[in-house]
Formats: sequence, C-alpha cells, structure tokens
Amino acid sequence: MADTRTKIVQRAVKEIQDGMNVNLGIGMPTLVANMIPQEYNVLLQSENGLLGIGPYPREDEVDPDLINAGKETITTIPGAAFFDSAESFAMIRGGHIDLAILGGMEVSEQGDLANWMIPGKMVKGMGGAMDLVHGAKRIVVVMEHVNKHGESKVKKACTLPLTGQRVVDCLITELAVFEFTSEGMVLTELQEGVTLEEVVRQTEATFTIDPALQ
Amino acid sequence: MKKGKVVSSITEAIHDIQDGATLVVGGFGLCGIPENLIVGLQEKGVTNLTVVSNNCGVDDWGLGLLLANRQIKKMVASYVGENKLFEQQFLSGELEVELVPQGTLAERLRAGGAGIPAFYTASGVGTLVAEGKEQKEFDGRTYIMERGIVGDFALVKAWKADPLGNLVFRKTARNFNPVVATAGKITIAEVEEIVGIGELDPDEIHTPGVYVQRVIQGSHYQKRIERLTVAKQ
Repeated sequence: MADTRTKIVQRAVKEIQDGMNVNLGIGMPTLVANMIPQEYNVLLQSENGLLGIGPYPREDEVDPDLINAGKETITTIPGAAFFDSAESFAMIRGGHIDLAILGGMEVSEQGDLANWMIPGKMVKGMGGAMDLVHGAKRIVVVMEHVNKHGESKVKKACTLPLTGQRVVDCLITELAVFEFTSEGMVLTELQEGVTLEEVVRQTEATFTIDPALQ
Repeated sequence: MKKGKVVSSITEAIHDIQDGATLVVGGFGLCGIPENLIVGLQEKGVTNLTVVSNNCGVDDWGLGLLLANRQIKKMVASYVGENKLFEQQFLSGELEVELVPQGTLAERLRAGGAGIPAFYTASGVGTLVAEGKEQKEFDGRTYIMERGIVGDFALVKAWKADPLGNLVFRKTARNFNPVVATAGKITIAEVEEIVGIGELDPDEIHTPGVYVQRVIQGSHYQKRIERLTVAKQ
C-alpha cells in the first residue's frame, strides 16, 4: 500500500515544471510537495488564501493563523502572498494556476472525475474540488487503480456523483499513466515492472495505446 | 480615543440578531472565526438561524456550538466533514443543508456584497450542484447561474481595527472574512486589537470601514488548531 502510493507520487512530481504555480489536493497529492526538486521555483497554492506554501513549522514556529486547505499548520516561503477566498478562486477559475494534482475515487474514459461523495455515506462536501477542475490549466488525478475489492476505479462511466465532466487531463495510477485527448483516453506509460496485459485486465475503461509504447 | 463604531460588549454587538436571521460568517475551519460573537450567540439562544459559512466548526467549538444548541435551521457551506453533530442532525432531517463549491460560495458572497444578483460559473456543471439551475453557453463552454448572497448580519474576525471600522487581517486567518464583511446588511467585526484613527496605514487596510457597522474588542482568544503538524526533526 505505502509502496503503491510512493510509486504514484514519484510519477506525479514529474508533472511539475520549474516556474509553475501548483495546487495540490488533500491526501496523497500533498505528499508530492516533498519531492519537488530543490532548485525549482514552484509556488504552491492553498485555496484558503496563500500562494507560496512552505514546509511544516518547527514546534516554536506553529501559528494558528497560518494553515493550509487541509487545516494543517504550515509556514510560508520567501515571496509568498496572502489573499482572501474570492481572490483565491479568481486565480483558480481564471486559469492562472498551471496545474492541480487531485485525488480520485473514480475516473471515466471520458475524463469525468468523481472524488467527493459516496451515496449512503455522510456527505462531507466538495470543498474547492469542483472549482479547481474547471479552473486550473491542467488537471492530474492520482489514485490507486483498483479499490479494496479489486474492482477497477478506471471506469467506462463513473458510478459515483461527479465532481466534473470531461475535466481530467492526465491520470496516474500505480500501474500506468493515461492522457485524455480529443480522441479519447490514451495509455501513454506503463509504471516500472507492469505489463500491458495487467493494465488491460485491471481497467474497465476503453483506451487506445500511444504508438510510442507499441 | 474616539469611540466611533466600537461597541462595549458582545451582548451589545449582537443585540438585534433575532430568531430566523440569516448570518454570513467568516473563517476557514477554525482559523479566523469570530469566536466571541459565536459564543455570544450561543448564550443569547436565538434559533432558526440560516448560517452561511465555509465550514461548521467542530463538535465543541466555533459554529459547532450553535449546532449543539440546535440554533441552526439551515447551513450553507462547502465542507462540513469535521462535525459528528452535523451528521446526526442532517440525517434526522432537523438540519437543512446546501452544499456549495468553495469558489462559488466565495463569489456568491463577493457578488452579494458588490450588488451583483447573479453570475455564471463553470464550477458544478454536469454535477448535482447544477440541478435546477439555469445553464448558458458562452464561447462554446457551458456555465450555470449562481445567486449572490446577502445576510441580515455578517460576523467576521479581524486582527486589527480602528474606530471607523477599517480592518486588517492576519495571514490565512483572512480567508472568507473580507468577502463576508461586504455581504451583511449589518457587519459586526470582532478584533484582537483596536488602534486609533490614522494608526493603520491606508495602503494596508484590507476591508475599508464603509462595510463595517460595529467593532468589538474580543478577548481570551483560543485560536484552536485542527491539525497540528510540525516538521520532523
């Protein structure tokens, strides 16, 4: 399990380029922050009102007025900026954030994403996910390929309520990487040690294979 | 010091909040919430409130206090996952809930405060959020119409204020507070420090006093932390 997540996170960090403004979702996407190359000038956005998230604070630096969107205590990096929630989502909705890396429950072959609600379970709310999927220039979803019952989370159509329709640009799992194009869902990479047969077996969605892989 | 908009007690600050009022409330999680005003409302015991706020506190702090006291009839929020009481009251049908994407909630408050009755956004298109809402295409992309929100009262927490109601917020405790401050018919700001007129640099004021009707010096700030995380040594 831990190994699966590490594999996904290690691949996800490659989506981040020097100079980008990036929003990382809560959970597995947050782990990506620790792996961004030191020499990169990347600004991480927190939708509660900060561009330029720093590392977790030392005990003597903890400030209750300084938290991230996951409500964890954090610090800022030099050059950081604070702003209010309307401004925060203006920069998201207005296409000023280059990349958002989000967790997922299901992704469909059309690029639909479900990641906020399981019917019959208590609804917690969508937070900023529905705004991010329509605002950030590129949406990368990171999730495990199958659920704990062994069923594929990469679906023909999502069965859970959607966060957004046709919003995913790239899906990274422990088995493979898929891009979503005007021609549909394309397998572009196999994770190390994974065979094409395995990906086909574990994927409910219909996809094509990038010629470079064949 | 000139008194201006400064009131002398929490009781006075909230004296005209009645049963059935709509309150818009600042804060993100437990960060930057108007702690003293919420405790004041709990003690006052007003009921049937509609509360618009990003979150609903935790079981024993913030807006969770008003839930525990069954003072909230309807909650409009983007994320309510930190609160067991919320779940119980929602499932039993006691509590009405409207979940709104966070950016849409912020913009609805901004629009309300800016005199804009409605606007279009792509957030929520093709989801449960779009149900029953007008859809319109602009430049080949689909949007849904969302309404501005104005509350009877806005409750905010700022770091500093002057007697004119000019406000300065601190770090991420700013969050929803400046937009909430614009979206109340009567806006009440509780603050950590009140300074004299002219002591705030005009370049540094986040919320101009025109939006604020009452200022109250808060006390005994708990500033609870929901998830204490520190660097590994």
